[in-house]
Amino acid sequence: MNPQLLVSVLVFAPLVGAVIAGLFGRRIGDVPSMAVTTGLLFLSCLLAWITFGHVLAGDWNFTTTIAPFIDVGAFKSAWSVRIDTLSGVMLIVVTTVSALVHLYSWGYMAEDDSKPRFFSYLSLFTFAMLALVTASDFMQLFFGWEGVGLASYLLIGFWFKKPAPPAAAIKAFVVNRVGDFGFALGIITTFWVFGSIRFADVFPQVAAHARQGWVFAGHSFYAVDLACALLFVGAMGKSAQFFLHTWLPDAMEGPTPVSALIHAATMVTAGVYMVCLLSPMFEYAPVAKGIVTGIGAITALFAATVGLAQNDIKRVIAYSTCSQLGYMFIAAGVGAYQASMFHLFTHAFFKGLLFLAAGSVITAMHHEQDMRTMGGLWKKIPITYAVMLIGTLAITGVGLPGLELGFAGFYSKDAIINAAFVASQHGNGVGAFGFVVGVVAAGLTSFYSWRLIFMTFHGRPKWAMPSHGHAGHGHGGHADDHASPAQIETHDEPLGDDHGHGPLNPHESPWVMLIPLLVLAAGSIAAGLIFDPQFIGEGRGEFWRSAIFNLGSPPLTEPARLPSWVVWSPLAVTAIGFFAAWWVYIRNEGMGARIAARQGPVWSFLYNKWWFDELYDATFVRLARVLGDLFWKEGDQKIIDELGPDGVSALSYDVGRRTGKLQTGYVYHYAFVMLAGVVALLSYALYFFSRTGR
Amino acid sequence: MTIGLSHYLTVAAILFTIGVFGIFVNRKNVIVILMSIELILLAVNINLVAFSAFLHDVAGQVFAMIVLTVAAAEAAVGLAILVTFFRNRGDIAVDDASMMKG
Repeated sequence: MNPQLLVSVLVFAPLVGAVIAGLFGRRIGDVPSMAVTTGLLFLSCLLAWITFGHVLAGDWNFTTTIAPFIDVGAFKSAWSVRIDTLSGVMLIVVTTVSALVHLYSWGYMAEDDSKPRFFSYLSLFTFAMLALVTASDFMQLFFGWEGVGLASYLLIGFWFKKPAPPAAAIKAFVVNRVGDFGFALGIITTFWVFGSIRFADVFPQVAAHARQGWVFAGHSFYAVDLACALLFVGAMGKSAQFFLHTWLPDAMEGPTPVSALIHAATMVTAGVYMVCLLSPMFEYAPVAKGIVTGIGAITALFAATVGLAQNDIKRVIAYSTCSQLGYMFIAAGVGAYQASMFHLFTHAFFKGLLFLAAGSVITAMHHEQDMRTMGGLWKKIPITYAVMLIGTLAITGVGLPGLELGFAGFYSKDAIINAAFVASQHGNGVGAFGFVVGVVAAGLTSFYSWRLIFMTFHGRPKWAMPSHGHAGHGHGGHADDHASPAQIETHDEPLGDDHGHGPLNPHESPWVMLIPLLVLAAGSIAAGLIFDPQFIGEGRGEFWRSAIFNLGSPPLTEPARLPSWVVWSPLAVTAIGFFAAWWVYIRNEGMGARIAARQGPVWSFLYNKWWFDELYDATFVRLARVLGDLFWKEGDQKIIDELGPDGVSALSYDVGRRTGKLQTGYVYHYAFVMLAGVVALLSYALYFFSRTGR
Repeated sequence: MTIGLSHYLTVAAILFTIGVFGIFVNRKNVIVILMSIELILLAVNINLVAFSAFLHDVAGQVFAMIVLTVAAAEAAVGLAILVTFFRNRGDIAVDDASMMKG
C-alpha cells in the first residue's frame, strides 16, 4: 500500500466505523456495531504504528491532499494528511489509547442499553482527533478542534437522562466556545499577517514578519505575539488551563472510558500539541511564550492544590490531568517543545491507565465514586491495584536521577522541571517561576496520588458496613455535606441496576477491561525508558527533524550537567508528598476525615476549587442571565413583538371591530347604499362622457 | 294630445321611485320588498319597450322578455326563501331580520 493511501485509511477508518455504528447500529445490533468500530480502530492503530515506524526511520515526511475544502482568494484550505514526527507521535498516542478504550468499553459499558451510540461517538471522536493532528493548515486544525469538542460534548452528556451530565456537557461546550473564539481570532490574525493559513506557507515567513506590529501607548505590540497569544487562548480552553479549566472536572459526568480517552489522554492535549506544532511562530513570540509558561505554571499549581481535597476518585484524576497539562505548557513556554511532547506521550499512557483503573474500581464498587466509602480494596481487586500502583508511580515520576532509570513520568516530568531551570539560568523569569511551581506541584502530585491509592485500596474497608445499601448511597451518610451542586451527582453512574443492593462484594473486572490496563501499565513503565533518547536526549535532532523549530537551542540538557539539587529535588518532594500522604491516611487513619470535618478556611478553599465556579456564577453566568432577560423581555417581547406581529394583529383586529359597527344588518340599508352607489357611479359616468363628448 | 316617449318614461320613473320607496319605507313585510322589486323591474321594462318602439329596434323588446323571465324566476326563488324564513323565524318582519349586524 502506498503511503498516501495508507495514511488516508488510517484517518478515515474510525469515521467509517462511526457512521456504520451510528446510522445502522440499531439494525445490525450491539455486538456487530461494537465489533466494527473496535476492529476499524485496531486497524487504524496498526497503520499508525506502521506510519510511526516509517517516520522514525526517516523515510516518511509528506503532506497528501485529499480534497479541497475552502478556496476563497488567498484563503485556501484543503483536506490533507500531514505526516511528520509530531503528527506521528500523536497518531500512535491517539489510536493506541482509543483502541484500548474501545476494547475496555466492551466490559465497562456491558450493561448500557445504547452501546452502538457510545461506540459511534468514540470513533467519531477518534476521527476528529486524527483530522486535528494531521492538519496541514489552520482550517483543518480548527475543524478537528471543533470535531473533538462536539464528540466531547456528546460523550459527556451520554447519559442524558440524568440531570448532571447534560449540564456538564453544556458547560464544557460553552467554556470551549470562549477558547475557540480566541483561537478563531488567532487564525484570522495569522491570515491577516501572513496572507495564508497553510503551515507550509506561514512558517517560513515568520522570521520576516517578526517585527511587524504597532506602537500603542508607548509599547510595541507585535502581530506574531498577538496571534500566538490568541491561539493560546484556544489551547487554554481545550486543555483546561487556568480561567478556562472549570469544565474539565464537571466533564467527569461522562462514562469513565470517555474520561480516559478524551479528558485525559488525547483531546485535552490538543492545546499542547498545537503550541508545539506552531513552534515556528511561538519562537518569535516571546511575550506569548511567557504567557504560556505563566498560565501553565499557575494551572499546575492550582489544579494540584485542588486535587488534595477532592473526594471523588475521578475528580482527583481530572485535577491531576489539569495539573499535568500545566506542566506541558511550562515546557512549551520555555521552548522545550520536545519535553512537552514527551510528557504528553507518557502522560497519555499513565493517565489513561489511571482513569481506566479508576473505572475498574468504580465497577468493582458497583458504581460508587466517593473514595471515602472505599478502602482496603487491594485484596479484592489485586490486578487493578497493581496497575493503579504502576500508574501512580509513573505520574509521581519515581525514578533514580543518577541512574536515569525510572517510570515513564520520571523522564518527562524531570525533563520539564530541568528545562524550566535551564531557562531560568538564561534569564527567563517566568521560567524560574515555572521551575519553582514544577517542583512544588510535584510534591502535591505525589500527595494527592498516594492519597487516592491509600483511601481507595488501603486502610479500613468502609464498604463492608451493612448499612451501605442503596439508600446509604446518597449524601446524608457522608461526614460532611457537599458544597456545590456540581459535586452532588457524581456518585453513581447509571450503568446497571445492581447499585449495591445488600452487602457490597467488590469483584475484579473482566479480562476485556484488564487487558487494556495491562497494556497501558506496560507503557507507563517502559515508554519513558525507551523513548527518552529520541524525544529529548541525544537523538532528538534526528527524531524531530523539522517538526519542531527552535530559535537557538532548546533548554534541554543532560541531567548530569545540572546542579545535583535541581536534579534530586523532584524526587525529594515526591518522597515528602508520599510520606505526608502515608502519615495522614495510613499512619493516622481518619486524620483526613477530621481535617475535612473541621472545615477550616484552607480546606474549604481547596475543596471548593478556589471558588471558581461560584465566582463565574456570580459574574459571567449572572451577567449573561441579566443580559438575556433584558433582550428577551425588553428587546424581543416589548419592542420587536409589539411593533411587529403582535402590533399588526392588534391593529387589524381593532380596525375590523370598528368597521364592523357600520353593518346594521337591515336589508334596506344595504339596498339604499347600493342604489346610492349606482346613482353616484351613473352621475359620474354621465358627467365624464358628456365632458369628453362621446 | 299624443302619447309620446316622454310620457312612457315619466310613468316608468314614477313606478321606479315607488318601488325604491317601497323598499326603504317599508319596515314590516319582506313580501312588500319583493313586490317593490317587481315594480322596479316593470319600470325598466316599460323603458325598454318604449325605447324599442321609439327607435324601431326589437332588441329592447327581447330584453324586456328576458327581464320578465328573470323576474319570474326571482319571484319563485324569493318566495321560496321567504317560506323557509318564515318557518324558521315565525314571522317575516323586516326589522327583525338583522343578523348581519356588526
